[in-house]
Amino acid sequence: MSVIAFAKNWNGKFKNSTYELVSYTKELANKLNTNLIVLSIGEVSNDELNTLGKFGADKVVSVNNPQLNILTSRAYAKVIAQLAEKEAASVVVMSDNNSGKAIAPRVSVKLKAGMVAAVQELPVSLDPFVVKKRVFSGKAFGHVQIDSEKKVVTIAKNCFGLIENQVEVNIEEFAPEVDASLFKIQVIEEEEQKDKVILSDADVVVSAGRGMRSPENWAPVEELAEVLGAATACSRPVSDEGWRGHEEHVGQTGKVIAPNLYIAAGISGAIQHVAGISRSKCIVAINTDPEAPIFSVADYGIVGDVMEVLPKLTKAFRNSKS
Amino acid sequence: MKILVCISNVPDTTTKVKFKEGDSLFDDSGVQWIINPWDELALTRALELKEDAGNSVNEICVIHVGGAGADATLRKALAIGADKAVRIDACPADAYHVAGQIAEFLKENPFDIVFSGIESSDYNGSSVGAMIAEFMDYPGISSVTAVNLDDDDIQLSRAIPGGKQVLKTETPFVAVVQKGIANEPRIPSMRGIMMARKKPLEVKAAAEMDVLTKSVKFELPAEKGACKMIESESAEQLVDLLKNEAKVL
Amino acid sequence: MNFEFTEEQLMIRDAARDFAQRELLPGVIERDEKAIYPTEQVKKLGELGFLGMLVGLDYDGGGMDTISYVLAMEEISKIDSSVSVIMSVNNSLVCWGVEKFGNEEQKQKYLKPMARGEKIGAFLLSEPEAGSDATSQRTTAVDMGDHYLLNGTKNWITSGKSASTYIVIAQTKPELKHRGINALIVEADSEGISVGPHENKMGMRASDTHSVMFNNVKVPKENLLGEEGFGFKFAMKSLEGGRIGIASQALGIASGAYELALKYAQERKAFGKEIINHQAIAFKLADMATEIEAARFFCLKAAWLKDQGKPYGHASAMAKLYAAETAMKVTTEAVQIHGGYGYVKEYHVERLMRDAKLTQIYEGTSEIQKIVISRGLVD
Repeated sequence: MSVIAFAKNWNGKFKNSTYELVSYTKELANKLNTNLIVLSIGEVSNDELNTLGKFGADKVVSVNNPQLNILTSRAYAKVIAQLAEKEAASVVVMSDNNSGKAIAPRVSVKLKAGMVAAVQELPVSLDPFVVKKRVFSGKAFGHVQIDSEKKVVTIAKNCFGLIENQVEVNIEEFAPEVDASLFKIQVIEEEEQKDKVILSDADVVVSAGRGMRSPENWAPVEELAEVLGAATACSRPVSDEGWRGHEEHVGQTGKVIAPNLYIAAGISGAIQHVAGISRSKCIVAINTDPEAPIFSVADYGIVGDVMEVLPKLTKAFRNSKS
Repeated sequence: MKILVCISNVPDTTTKVKFKEGDSLFDDSGVQWIINPWDELALTRALELKEDAGNSVNEICVIHVGGAGADATLRKALAIGADKAVRIDACPADAYHVAGQIAEFLKENPFDIVFSGIESSDYNGSSVGAMIAEFMDYPGISSVTAVNLDDDDIQLSRAIPGGKQVLKTETPFVAVVQKGIANEPRIPSMRGIMMARKKPLEVKAAAEMDVLTKSVKFELPAEKGACKMIESESAEQLVDLLKNEAKVL
Repeated sequence: MNFEFTEEQLMIRDAARDFAQRELLPGVIERDEKAIYPTEQVKKLGELGFLGMLVGLDYDGGGMDTISYVLAMEEISKIDSSVSVIMSVNNSLVCWGVEKFGNEEQKQKYLKPMARGEKIGAFLLSEPEAGSDATSQRTTAVDMGDHYLLNGTKNWITSGKSASTYIVIAQTKPELKHRGINALIVEADSEGISVGPHENKMGMRASDTHSVMFNNVKVPKENLLGEEGFGFKFAMKSLEGGRIGIASQALGIASGAYELALKYAQERKAFGKEIINHQAIAFKLADMATEIEAARFFCLKAAWLKDQGKPYGHASAMAKLYAAETAMKVTTEAVQIHGGYGYVKEYHVERLMRDAKLTQIYEGTSEIQKIVISRGLVD
């Protein structure tokens, strides 16, 4: 028996969300009285694999196959399922990110394991196995029971936090069969924003809406983001108008984020926008309209013109740093 | 080339959710149903591809697993331009069950491309598309933000953290799409609504399929405390509160 | 009796609602304030087929029933009556008349582009000296053998400037009084036509209302609608259907204002509770909802009669009278519920209140509707 966490790497490195996944799965394995196995796929150095030990990963299985450096959900799912069979895993856990969304459902089908995406916390009960997740885009929580013998869950970002639990890491190599026919996808081009904070990973997000009045007015937003080391985001009308790119759109149909601090400038707070930000730990709203619905979800509010308030905030944050 | 678009029927995004029978079931009384927003974007892109003369896409079919209550939603998909609709007459029990039903249909009725939205706005399962790919043993690409067919040469873009990848693949494949894939969803025209009358909406019996999970209870999130208002002149006070009260800096 | 809408009717209602939310709501305040004609919005409305939704499929229309038309008019009028009045005039006054009474050539030439929304139609009946009293037409169309020679002035013409096709009601044989009146299709770019300045209106400010002057305008004989002398009857018949459009518009103005007031009353707090929990406000909303529902039934009844091929003039007069009065009352209350906020443009209800006033006046004032209704009582 065992529990498997799939630790995805980005260019050979893990992220905080990977360590959160390991912390969660360690805790789950303890509750189930079983072992944690962390699986890493692709080329990752032993030093990097050893960092997983800080969060309780005593056994790391590494599939160091350069063929797998590019994410191919079909092949990854095959590797994970093979390991799950070999180790008689009862639960496979992944992060609820782009790769988890692509791979976990395939593992579910391969193992005929009931799957629940983006769970919020450790299982509500183990027998029956019931997990809690957000439903209706954050308007409610649902308790879902997984009846199959094997189970697949993905965990929502920032739902659990990091739990340090230093152990010695034992790295095992694993060479599963991966047939060349599984690779029908070729990457022909890749663009990465190198200098900006990535929105889905960011701890602090500065977001702006139509209250900015024009795309030329974004400098105060970017300045505040820079001082805070924050990612920038925007509301749907702003991305629909083409004032900012789609990748910045936060909300029901855009990105759902869970930063520690979300600053909403000139965003009225339509229910669809709130669906994308309600998991933020702290929300600050700035709006001219004291009746704007954003204030009913915010922790702190300022009534005022964003063009005046944002520079003042930037200055105050800058002063508090120095 | 034929495209199958998987459609989920969900409550309008502005719906206030309520539950019934001891919080075990969603209370759908008075609910307005819509095409799941991501599925609608997928359908919009499929229609754009069909209208573009630079490829051989010539048929768009939408498929839904569920009861007759979804027929209005399927009819709308026909009104905005889908050529036919298929409803698998089954209670959509969980993602595995729904994906399995669609896969059974695909085995009998092959398509070149299968589109599915990245999640549904009701149960936020985000797994049906990738499950179909696995059932069919097709390549699957998730988080897709662009699909281009130039002389049927297939290029897709998918979002990766902080950027995008442009990929090449071959049919058949499943694309799980997200925001960015298409422009605004379409509003049905009067002519489209009229034509939808004559388009086929086929109802098929469900296949035998296991159900692996079940929803047992719902709860509403705790009420949020009141918003603390700060004078627009007191930026320093806000910084102090974020540091020492909220402890998020 | 059946109070259920069909799946298709609901789809049309939703399409109109989506269109209004997406295309009309942004900018509606500015278009009203600066009296900017909604060129783009009308174009898109035409592309979706709303401008000719009642016209049959054979003439490039939507082939929809009048019930659907009521639902669509209501949704669009909730947001922007300046747009819905253009839709109403094009559909129920101009297209309807040409489809019903025009000959095949006229339909091919004039009806099709209007049904597709590519061209806009205007209905020219009112005159400086003759508003509701259509029998005393001063505009003349003198029979010159191979054409009519048109002279006179028409007032308060919706789409007066943007329309390409006019239907003009004019006197040909004054000795026959209203039996000498003709209805003519006139191309707006004909020589001798001049358009007066934009009327600076209280409400529906974005629609282009103008006077139109005819100075020796030659109109080909083949542009006569129906028989010689049919013009007065034509105008009266057209107005019967037009009233369903304006009644639905008034219904939409009322329900738009009501929806805003209901939402506001649930959010705004006074004396420690949401104002909807104060009976003074709750009872206002109860009255508004009840009257709107009654107005909706009037509109749907008239539309149903029309769809069934039964006489609907009496029902459409009742619908227009009741819906217009309801619109005025409900919008006034909606402003009252909003308090000070209701008096500023940002909250929309003051615009709806100004728009509502016009529904009591045009296409037959409330008083004229009472004449029509009372005459119908003793027939």
